Amino acid sequence: MFKYLMAKNEDIPSGASAVFFGFSAIIWFVIGTGLGSFNAAKLAFPDFVTGEIYFSFGHMRQVHVMAVIFGWISMAFAMAMMYITPALGNNKLWSEKLGIWNCMLWNIGLLVGLTVLWAGITSGREYSDFPWPVDLYLASFVFIPLGVNVWMTILNRRTQGIYTTNWFFAAATFMVIIVFLVGNSPEFFHLTGLTEAYLTWWFAHNVLGLWITPVAAAIAYYTIPKVTGNPLYSHRIGHLHFWSVVVFYSTPAAHHLMSAPLPEWLKSFASVEGVLILVPAIAFVSNIMLTMKGKWHMFVENIEVRFTITGCLMAIPLNMQGGFQQTRAINWYIHGTGWIVAHAHLALLGFSTFLEAAAVYLGLQTMMNRKLYSLKLANMHFWLLLVGFTTYWVSMTIAGLIQGAGKIYEVPYIDVVIAEHPYMIARWLGGTLVFTGNTMWLYNMWMTARKGTVIPAGRMPHELQYER
Amino acid sequence: MAGFREYKIGARIFGLALSGSMTITLFFPSINIASTASTDVALAKQLTVGHETGFNLDDPFLKGKNKPIVVNLKNDPKTGQPLAQQQTVFVYPAGAPFPAGILHPRILGTGVEELSVQQGHIEDARKEAGAVFALNKAVYQGKEVSYIEDLSTTKGWTPDDVLRVAKDEDVSHAGAGKTMFVREGCWWCHTLLPEETQDWQVFGAPPMQGDFNGESPTAFGSDRKAPDLLHVGSRNSSREWMMMHFFNPRLVQPHSIMPRFDYLWGEKDANGNKIDYPKWRQEYIEYREGKRVTPPEVPSYAKNSEIRSLIDFMLSLK
Repeated sequence: MFKYLMAKNEDIPSGASAVFFGFSAIIWFVIGTGLGSFNAAKLAFPDFVTGEIYFSFGHMRQVHVMAVIFGWISMAFAMAMMYITPALGNNKLWSEKLGIWNCMLWNIGLLVGLTVLWAGITSGREYSDFPWPVDLYLASFVFIPLGVNVWMTILNRRTQGIYTTNWFFAAATFMVIIVFLVGNSPEFFHLTGLTEAYLTWWFAHNVLGLWITPVAAAIAYYTIPKVTGNPLYSHRIGHLHFWSVVVFYSTPAAHHLMSAPLPEWLKSFASVEGVLILVPAIAFVSNIMLTMKGKWHMFVENIEVRFTITGCLMAIPLNMQGGFQQTRAINWYIHGTGWIVAHAHLALLGFSTFLEAAAVYLGLQTMMNRKLYSLKLANMHFWLLLVGFTTYWVSMTIAGLIQGAGKIYEVPYIDVVIAEHPYMIARWLGGTLVFTGNTMWLYNMWMTARKGTVIPAGRMPHELQYER
Repeated sequence: MAGFREYKIGARIFGLALSGSMTITLFFPSINIASTASTDVALAKQLTVGHETGFNLDDPFLKGKNKPIVVNLKNDPKTGQPLAQQQTVFVYPAGAPFPAGILHPRILGTGVEELSVQQGHIEDARKEAGAVFALNKAVYQGKEVSYIEDLSTTKGWTPDDVLRVAKDEDVSHAGAGKTMFVREGCWWCHTLLPEETQDWQVFGAPPMQGDFNGESPTAFGSDRKAPDLLHVGSRNSSREWMMMHFFNPRLVQPHSIMPRFDYLWGEKDANGNKIDYPKWRQEYIEYREGKRVTPPEVPSYAKNSEIRSLIDFMLSLK
């Protein structure tokens, strides 16, 4: 890849930046889940690697979160954009060279940012932990170049109209820049007090609502019709999804601070808007499920469809939780407990990761013109992810309910810690399964690049038989 | 270029929808929050922790540098004579950045701002010279209001004067301690936010809307895996207990899952002797396995160690 950094744009083969992004994403996924497993071990066994500043839980927790969000998830998005956007515009990526540079600067920035965080140099704000110079770097060299490339590709399309996936890509790449710059403004301008606290969660909410969720869904709008060969069930439901994301998902930031002394009108407003997130959620899931009509056998046979549909199915409990857990009626019980941690993993490791994994499987095979090396390994990857995640989610949900009960009955806190211990071990086991699955995936994709059967021109990867 | 030719209306509605959303979720809340006057808690807190306890250019490595020092003043710094009444003062040595409320008195809120500027003379404080602040009370439009007074201007007390008469046990480095709290990620497990609905009895009163003016980061925490700490200093004020708990939490609470923060002791103990960590850990393992009757002694921390400021911060959380 590095040889293309100085090449002329015309000399860079199409898909080079997608492949670069794809492998970067998988490597960050391995690192991020490895750190997650390590952190979980420390919660289960507190004397596991102890008394060392750089292996202390408080130094490593945020590195896990930022590695999976800005390494794995966001880079998988970039990978999907690099190959889906031109495919849907019937043209080439506006600039492969910009894509390659974007990927390299992204990797460097993230590496520096995570190292700095690991050392304890943090803004002290959850999800916007990076110190402001790193934030400025990420805005300038990560999100703005990505947005420029996606927008220029869409604006120069050779089709009449824009397909659903590309509406979302265009809107999300624009919104994430705004969210990043506005959400970090407390650091740029030293805003303090409740304004700082609220903007911290405004950022956290919107980076999920206007970046991760819509882009993940947009990927499914491409993957399912493309691989099954069915047209999208309804363009209009797609419209409903898009507009309700913009209107309903951008407004409930305050529901993350339901028990903080924010203005009451703001919390009530956010809570109502939070229930309305069910509108885009139901529109999306039903649209994808109905697109599958007549092709459900592919849910079993095809690895990309299986990942995507599993992710979409997980969006159902995700949004049922998400819609209602933030209302005052329920939030008082589960706020700040492991329930929320389980919910966050259902969103990022369940719903969104499964959709992105499908996109990376499909994109890497398509862009490298190589059939997947091993279906067996891919199946192992799928089941390790699913079983590992489910173990994690179930154990953390139970732990959260125990914490909630401990909270309202005012049990001495140490008894809650004791009661949670078995679930902390289960959480660590689940996380370790996910990490193991990801290392297999990295090997599988590496072997696909090296030894996968060459796909003849004009064919899609899923049209060829699996060989192993 | 195909542009957005088919989407002229859609593109406009998108802009309208997004700016509408930002107006409701950013503009309205910000004017609402900005209109809240500081409580006494907010005034004391921002003077205690100073300008910023996350990443900032005055303390880029989060070592607790350039932070204010809280002094429980017993003697007059000018004359050295005992004061009639002890007084808490917030000492900003030369070069330590002032908190947001001193730099932008407007954020203190109605009444507090006017009194702090007119009677407290906070606008006369100079960072290069350092300053000594204290809280005072006065009547504003018929109501008693707390405000910040710059004692360097009103009484001519300099940071050096105050620190000269203060004994070490009357000094708190809580500001540097909050930096440790942020850097070490204490807030990933310990919240600083008793919840409005049910935490009153165990963790104490939830904070008020005006309790945060000038504080950054607020570090509420979102994932409570351990007790809330907003009022921990009221529940437990034992330095001895805190010391053992930070060195190895399982000395005082066998079921604790908190990490050990023994590394915050640094190289040397209070007497300047090198701390032998491997020996301590070995003896602790022997104790845990039943080969020793008592655990090894926790070394006393040095006056300028990081753990000292962290414990000072814990005890300041009343």
